[in-house]
Amino acid sequence: MEPTSSEVTKVIVGLGTCGIAAGAGKIRDLIEQELKTAEADIEMGITSCMGNCHAEPIIEVVDTAGKSYYYGNLTAGKAKNIVKKHLVGGDPVTKWMFDPTDPEDPEGAFYLKQEQIVLRNCGKIDPENIEDYLARDGYKALEKAIQMGSDAVIDEVKTSGIRGRGGAGFPSGLKWGFAKGSVSDKKYVICNADEGDPGAFMDRSTIEGDPHSVLEGMAICGVAIGANHAYVYCRAEYPLAVARLNKAIEQATERNLLGDNIMGTDFSFHIRVKEGAGAFVCGEETALMASIEGERGMPRFRPPFPAVKGLFGYPTNINNVETLANIPWIITEGGAAFAAKGTEKSKGSKVFALAGRVKRGGLVEVPMGLTLREVIYDVGGGSDTGREIKAVQMGGPSGGCVPTHLFDTLVDYDEVTKTGAIMGSGGMVVMDETSCMVDIAKFFLDFTQMESCGKCTFCRIGTKRMLEILQKISVGEAVEEDLDLLEELADRILRTSLCALGGTAPNPVLTTLKYFREEYLTHIRDHKCPAGRCRELTTFEITEECTGCKACIKPCPTGCITGEKKELHVIHQDDCISCGVCRDVCRFNAVAVV
Amino acid sequence: MDIDLGMVDALIARHGTGREAAIPLLQGIQEEYRYVPIEAMDYMCEKTDITPTQIYGVVTFFAQFRLEPVGEHLIKVCKGTACHVSGAEGITEALSEQLGVPAEGTTEDMLFTLSEVACIGCCSLAPVIMVDEDTYGKLNRTKATDTMTAEYAAPVVD
Repeated sequence: MEPTSSEVTKVIVGLGTCGIAAGAGKIRDLIEQELKTAEADIEMGITSCMGNCHAEPIIEVVDTAGKSYYYGNLTAGKAKNIVKKHLVGGDPVTKWMFDPTDPEDPEGAFYLKQEQIVLRNCGKIDPENIEDYLARDGYKALEKAIQMGSDAVIDEVKTSGIRGRGGAGFPSGLKWGFAKGSVSDKKYVICNADEGDPGAFMDRSTIEGDPHSVLEGMAICGVAIGANHAYVYCRAEYPLAVARLNKAIEQATERNLLGDNIMGTDFSFHIRVKEGAGAFVCGEETALMASIEGERGMPRFRPPFPAVKGLFGYPTNINNVETLANIPWIITEGGAAFAAKGTEKSKGSKVFALAGRVKRGGLVEVPMGLTLREVIYDVGGGSDTGREIKAVQMGGPSGGCVPTHLFDTLVDYDEVTKTGAIMGSGGMVVMDETSCMVDIAKFFLDFTQMESCGKCTFCRIGTKRMLEILQKISVGEAVEEDLDLLEELADRILRTSLCALGGTAPNPVLTTLKYFREEYLTHIRDHKCPAGRCRELTTFEITEECTGCKACIKPCPTGCITGEKKELHVIHQDDCISCGVCRDVCRFNAVAVV
Repeated sequence: MDIDLGMVDALIARHGTGREAAIPLLQGIQEEYRYVPIEAMDYMCEKTDITPTQIYGVVTFFAQFRLEPVGEHLIKVCKGTACHVSGAEGITEALSEQLGVPAEGTTEDMLFTLSEVACIGCCSLAPVIMVDEDTYGKLNRTKATDTMTAEYAAPVVD
């Protein structure tokens, strides 16, 4: 929170989906109960994800002088203690605290290289209370945009150089210009919140934490292109985001910041939330529109582009959540201020969902031009297991695996594309040596072949055939020529698919083949999976490192590990299914692939 | 199955009778019954401009819709990328063994349905499962089955 003095101490609980999943709801109820019992005069509040999801559940205590104290990794026991000692007793429990501004603190290091534009309010405001947003100059940018008028707004967005954050990276100002240029008595703005990439949660967190910034961005887009109607197309799997959007729309409408004759002007703007029904292909704009129209979400040929003929046949502009959340900042601070950040061709910042084998996973926003190494090691803190990091997967099913020797690649649309991956919407999953690249390629192909809408032959059948080859490799039944076949199929799919789903589906296979071909060959020639993921090709053994702690014995699903306390344990190979759970639970790295 | 068609009428009053109402109507029906009963779809076609072809196309296209009843508790094992690299496959296996049903199956007593979903979006807490509206993170095989036993009285795994 911003330091403002108040009469009572406040305790703010982080209630984003990540916080709730970590138990924040129960922590809040418990604190409320404890405070009631203690009859303490303390105000309770909520906020959403402040980014460091790895430390959830998190609470913030703001004292009467406005000073903030943060506690992370809370448990019921810790929470009770904090209530007693800090909230009632006035004595902060320093051993459980973290300081997001101290670079020496691991949580502070997490924020050191971040620069927050999109996430400027996330974790700092109550997303369910519009007053918090207004107190931070909310809807001032919309007021300014209405005064500026359409052309000036588009010029400002063009000056900023912002490119679409959904993945494709098309210049947003240009896109807005096309939609403005279409003459029609009705136009639409759509916010694409159908975040379908497995491994990505940027849009969910942004909406949950700061829904008004997205709505304000949409309204500004409405001013720019001359639209009065809008939809947010949000995944149904994000119930909290949907609820907070609806609440935000209601509150903004009550205050005449949305709806008819906004702020007494002749500009009207109506936003409705449409829940997606679970189809990855609906991230593609023509498929998304088909879905809003009540049809199967299948892409159609472009042109006509949505800017000319979009939703229900009217000119439509579609932007991603993150793009739109940047817009109020751009209008307030000016396009030039945005363009001053980043690289020559990629301006501003980028939000990533950092996950997988890193110490500090979560939602991070870094200026374009940082290296991947800085994001993974400085922000993320490196490997959480002590094992070597092997690659980072960027861009989900449309992206690829970037190996460690390319970690000096800049966060920049064009630089990332050169590696064969894509910036994508911002999923960044870090993998260590226990991740098998054949398995990862198989994982994504399994996803894309299932999500292919079936319209284009090579996307529908080619992805299936590629998956079958990968399955053969992972059980040791493939031959080397199969790799050529994979590449040939990949090429056909890339060239014959109508939309980006097929147009990028082979990327996970192509990048792993490019950088980890040896690993594929080891599967094929030696019938071994060096990472120990492909079960049919894996044998685990317990090494001399074993301390005899018995931690692996209970989790083993087949009960094939035996051993006395403080004595070397043994895996009985006849019953072992190579599931790897012993390796996952071992704290001494004593389970090895042979 | 007895379907309260009045409830479908109420949904139609809210979402309209145009083709574009198909998905919100199906979502409303599923919210009530936790699957989409064929009787409700027939009634929808009768009362709106939506055709059986359109409905069948839509209901089979989107992953959200289910055409079979589900158990009292719906378990969704996340198989997003972060969960996958953190061992989601083992979670499905363990729960499948505990409940005695394969993925996408429902127990005979209609208490549990075990399903897999693409991504819940809690990647920092991987591997994750969602049971009804509640999410549980940082799991492994044992923690997953223990959670099911403690919170939902699922069979104890020895």
